[in-house]
Amino acid sequence: MLRSMVLPSLVLLVFTGFAVSPVFAETPGEVLAVFKAEASAKSGFQGFSAARGEAFYMTKHGHEWSCSSCHTDNPSEPGKHAKSDKLIKPLAPSANAERFTDMKKIEKWFKRNCNDVLDRVCTAQEKGDMLAFLLTIGK
Amino acid sequence: MAVTVNNFPALIVVVMLVFGMGMSVAQADDEGSIIKVSNPKWLAECGACHLAFPSRFLPAESWREVMSGLDKHFGSDASLDDESVREITTFLVDNARRKKTSPTASGKWPLRITETRWFRSEHAEAASRVKNNPRVKSMANCAICHTQADIGDYSERNIQIPK
Repeated sequence: MLRSMVLPSLVLLVFTGFAVSPVFAETPGEVLAVFKAEASAKSGFQGFSAARGEAFYMTKHGHEWSCSSCHTDNPSEPGKHAKSDKLIKPLAPSANAERFTDMKKIEKWFKRNCNDVLDRVCTAQEKGDMLAFLLTIGK
Repeated sequence: MAVTVNNFPALIVVVMLVFGMGMSVAQADDEGSIIKVSNPKWLAECGACHLAFPSRFLPAESWREVMSGLDKHFGSDASLDDESVREITTFLVDNARRKKTSPTASGKWPLRITETRWFRSEHAEAASRVKNNPRVKSMANCAICHTQADIGDYSERNIQIPK
């Protein structure tokens, strides 16, 4: 009786685990892997580029702000909200160990900030390029 | 070891006194200008971009409207997951300004604290003093004058208007 219960319980446990956390990413490297899996789904994906990420970060995309408007030209420095002046902790993982360790938080901020800067969501390619750039900082 | 056991009740008393003191400081009232209510989600989410403005500064109707349009929040996308929106809205509405308020002349509830009649009358003099000060930028920058605003203290004695 007991034995017959073990396997179904295990199966249930495994599936519940997947349902609760569909994407496992707790380090910037793992986050990059998630973006890569997403970007690879599109044909023509040729990897991420830190240089492209840097250009994307510095440029205004037809609207009022660039990423650097709030996060400054140097992502290892603290930034300041363009409107409220509120302090923003450094964006580069080398300067702020909390960055890119929480997928829910990452997606929340990409959605908001891409909307503010580009007036649309960012692609997995753009997010990956950005993180690739940020990971070159301070090394 | 015997000493530790003997002193244990005394230790508890000391711990309780210290915590009790901390609490009474936080709750000390100065002409009703210290904010006592808080919610961790409100503080974390609203406070991520600007000072987490106290709930009692706007009426419930205003908070409902602000919280239902976070994707277009005064020129920024501040969208949040539904669960957080619900929790923060409940907190703000439950602790909103209770004094009788009314919509503005245009029939709309004020969405900015700085638009409310009470704010403008309280800040008429300060507004003229900081009008041309580039450091202030906006009257929504509470903490530039209210030096303890981050802990909810808007008392007169902690106001320092920058020159």
